[in-house]
Amino acid sequence: MFGLENAAGPTGAAMLIGIVLVEALLLYVGYGVLESVLGPTIARALRGD
Amino acid sequence: MELLGVAVSMLVMFAGFGVLIGLLFGFFGMGGSFLVTPALLVMGYRTDVAVASGLAFVFGTSVIATLKHRDLGQVDYKLGVLMIAGTTAGIEVGKIGLHWLQDIGLANTVVSIAYVGLLGGIGVFITYNALKSDGEGGVSHDAEDMDVEEAAEDIPDIAKKIQSYNIPPMMGIKGGLKVSLWMILGVAFATGLLSGFLGVGGGFIRMPALFYLIGVPVPVAVGTDLFEIVFSGGIGSFLYAMDGAVNLSIVVPLLAGSALGARLGAAATSLVEEDDIKVYFGIMLLLGSIAVAVREIGGVIEMPVLDVVSLAIIVGAAMLVSGAVVVSSIRELRAQGPTATAQSAD
Repeated sequence: MFGLENAAGPTGAAMLIGIVLVEALLLYVGYGVLESVLGPTIARALRGD
Repeated sequence: MELLGVAVSMLVMFAGFGVLIGLLFGFFGMGGSFLVTPALLVMGYRTDVAVASGLAFVFGTSVIATLKHRDLGQVDYKLGVLMIAGTTAGIEVGKIGLHWLQDIGLANTVVSIAYVGLLGGIGVFITYNALKSDGEGGVSHDAEDMDVEEAAEDIPDIAKKIQSYNIPPMMGIKGGLKVSLWMILGVAFATGLLSGFLGVGGGFIRMPALFYLIGVPVPVAVGTDLFEIVFSGGIGSFLYAMDGAVNLSIVVPLLAGSALGARLGAAATSLVEEDDIKVYFGIMLLLGSIAVAVREIGGVIEMPVLDVVSLAIIVGAAMLVSGAVVVSSIRELRAQGPTATAQSAD
């Protein structure tokens, strides 16, 4: 994935861990925005309103 | 069909499994990550790939969890840095041990047996305490709301006993307590050993150890543990990644699903009582240990079908408990009035 199938050594490892870190930050922000926008609507729908 | 060189079906499967694991982590505050490595082992991944990818997943998950806790003032950075030092040494020794076992062909067996013991032991502990309904066996949902000074007065007797041994140098921790540096490093090394050897964050051992053995107040133990897992998971996965063992096509979709599930699980905590479901969680861990044992037996008696049975037990158990959380939450939402629902959704 991302062309890093054979990544190894310090540089390859840093790139792999960097991708996981960036993904975690993006997910934290992205899902946070989604939750604030869609959360109340989903809760109302689940309640059957 | 492929996306970024990976089959879409695999991405969807790992993302779905991630949602299940995230739901459990978000709701119970523990226990999600140590299902990943056994599941990867059962799916036939090499031991070092399963352990390394599990660690990288733990790293990503803990970054997200720590971001949520950063403003709560519950992280003891001095304690955290000491824990990192001890844990790093433990991870390195654990990794060397795993590679040695791999060289002599015993890695799968030993790691699997260790998992059976750990999952089974913790499963029994949590189930027993849930049936007693004394609220032990996991991170309390109330931990975030507890006052540090107040919690410091409520430390266990065994921690008070340990604190009474003055083995210099002594150091102060949040809550006004003094603890021997050697006790802190010892706990950190032991949990690091588990992280390196089994590919787990070690939080399910370290958080209780910080509280029961060192006497760190629960809210500080939770915050410091999360802070520390960022580094232990990061260092552990970096060390394995240098050998090319981290598989991004596992970690990326797993993390994407898990982050979503964790938000759903965290939202469910405001709707459902943890004690009502904790017994299912304990049973799920027991089933996890049975699944790993079934896989090992399948290997010994050469019955590959037991691998499938084992995977079905792990995924089925996670689905059972996640489903219980979701169904209970929806039921509670429907039972609440419009005003209460709006507050819960926030």
